[in-house]
Amino acid sequence: MPMKYDLVIIGAGPAGMGAAIIAASHGASVALVDENPVPGGKLRGQVYKEPKANWWIGQEIARNMEKEIKQLGVTCFLEREVWAIYPKWKIMLNNGEQLESDYVVLATGAIEKPIPIPGWTTPGVMAIGAAQVMANIHRVKPGNRVAIIGIDALSLTIAYDLKMAGVDVVGIYLPPFNEFSLDKSNPLKMIAYLSSLSHLAPNPILKLLGKLGKQASVQKLGVNYYPPFGMRVWGIPLHLRKAVVQILGDELVEAIKVTTIDRSGELETKQEKRIPVDCVCISGGLYPLVELANVAGCAFVYVEDLGGHIPLYSDEMETTQSGIFVAGNSTGVEGAKVAMAQGELVGAIISNRLGLLKHGTELIKQAKEKVNVARKNAVIKFHPTIESGREKVLHLWNEKAVK
Amino acid sequence: MRINKHPILGKLDRKEICITYNGSDYQAYEGETIAAALLANHIRVLRYSEKGKKPRGIYCGIGHCYECRVTVDDERSVRACVTVVQDKMKIRSQGMYANEI
Repeated sequence: MPMKYDLVIIGAGPAGMGAAIIAASHGASVALVDENPVPGGKLRGQVYKEPKANWWIGQEIARNMEKEIKQLGVTCFLEREVWAIYPKWKIMLNNGEQLESDYVVLATGAIEKPIPIPGWTTPGVMAIGAAQVMANIHRVKPGNRVAIIGIDALSLTIAYDLKMAGVDVVGIYLPPFNEFSLDKSNPLKMIAYLSSLSHLAPNPILKLLGKLGKQASVQKLGVNYYPPFGMRVWGIPLHLRKAVVQILGDELVEAIKVTTIDRSGELETKQEKRIPVDCVCISGGLYPLVELANVAGCAFVYVEDLGGHIPLYSDEMETTQSGIFVAGNSTGVEGAKVAMAQGELVGAIISNRLGLLKHGTELIKQAKEKVNVARKNAVIKFHPTIESGREKVLHLWNEKAVK
Repeated sequence: MRINKHPILGKLDRKEICITYNGSDYQAYEGETIAAALLANHIRVLRYSEKGKKPRGIYCGIGHCYECRVTVDDERSVRACVTVVQDKMKIRSQGMYANEI
C-alpha cells in the first residue's frame, strides 16, 4: 500500500533536512528518504574554522537538525534507495515500500569525478571524500602516509583535515594528463585556479594559496619558477610540477611513482621517483548527482560553472516536471550553508503551494535572500563563477518559457 | 589507525562491540560503518574482482561505486561503506574462489 505525504524529500543532507524542517514546521506531512543509516550527508564530515567566528562542526549541526526533524514528526526512511519515480508522483523504494506525493524534492547532492591512474583500483586508493568520511566522521585514519592527487578546494580542505587528524600527508600532486584529468594535470591552469581561492578561506592552506595565486608575478612567471621540489603549505608539500604516474603495490598500496613536469608541461620520465605511502587519495572534483531527475523526466542543461549537467529549474527551484523540485548540490556544487538555504527556500515554496502559509510571498522573498547571502559569504567556492552559472540557468528557464 | 584524540573534535568515546571478518574476531565501535571498522583494524582488502580476481577496497566511501561489497550474515553484496556494524556481525570478503560470481 502506498503511503501518502504532502511532500517527499529524497536526500537527507543539509538541503533535504532544511526543506523538511521548514515544510514540517508549517504543518506539512513530510517523508525524508536517504540511503545512509544517519541523516546529515556530507555535512557530517565538515570541520573548519569560520572567519571571525567559531569552528563549523558539521556533525553537531547535522545532529541538531536531526533532532528538529524528529520533533516535527518528519518520517525518515533511512537505509533506503529510490529505485523509481512514476507520475505523479510515486516513489518506489528498494525494499518494496511506495510513497506518494504531489510534491517531491530531489536533494541528492554531488559525487566525485574519478581520475583513473594506473594502479588506482589497489586497496588503499580512495576518493578524497572517502578520506574525509573516515577521518572526520568515523575517526579512522585513511592511512599513515597519504599522497593526494588533484588540486581543488575539496582536496586542499581535506589535506588540512588529515593533517589535523595526525596523518602524515606526504604531498599534493597533479594527476598525469589523460582524458579524465584534463586541466587538472596542467600546472598553469592550476596556478590560475589557486588565484580564484578566497582570502577568507577557512583554512590556512587555502588562504595562503589564494594570496600566492593572486600575485601578478606568480601568474606571470607561472610554472617555470615554481620550485620543482614543491612548496610547503602548512607542512604539506604542494607540487605543481610533479605528477603521480603510477600507484604501486599488488594487494595493497606500497608507493607512488612521481615524475617531474618540465617547463613545457611534458613529463620528464627520466626523473621518476618512488615514494612510499600506504594510502592515495584522488580528487577529480565534484559533479551534481542527478539520476533521479532524469528518471522523473526533467529537462537538463549543461552549465560548466555549476559542475556539469543539471536539471533545468525555475526561480522557485521547480524542474520542468511540475511538482518535482531540486535543492542543494544536485543543482550545482556549492557549500553546505547554500544547500541548507536552498532547502529552506524549497520548503517555503512547497508550503505555500500547499496553502499552509499566510504570508507566503514575503516568506519566500526572505528565503531567496538568505540563499543569496549564503552564496555571497561562502568561504569555499568549488566553482569560482557560480553566480554567473546560476544566472545562466534562470536565463535558460525564461527562454524556454517564452517558447 | 584510530584517531583517539582530535584537536577540534575532542576525545573518541564510543561503545565497543565485536565483529568477525573471514572468521577472525575484531573490535569495532557502535555506530560506525563496516568499512571504517575494518580499516581501523588495518584491513583494506574487502573483495576480489570478478574479472582477474584483483583485490578491491573502499573507493568512494559514500555508497556509489560498489567497490566495497562484502557478505554480511549470508547476505551477499552489502556495501561496507554505508552499512553500520552490529555486535556479532559476521562479515566475509567476496570473490576469493574461482566459481564465485
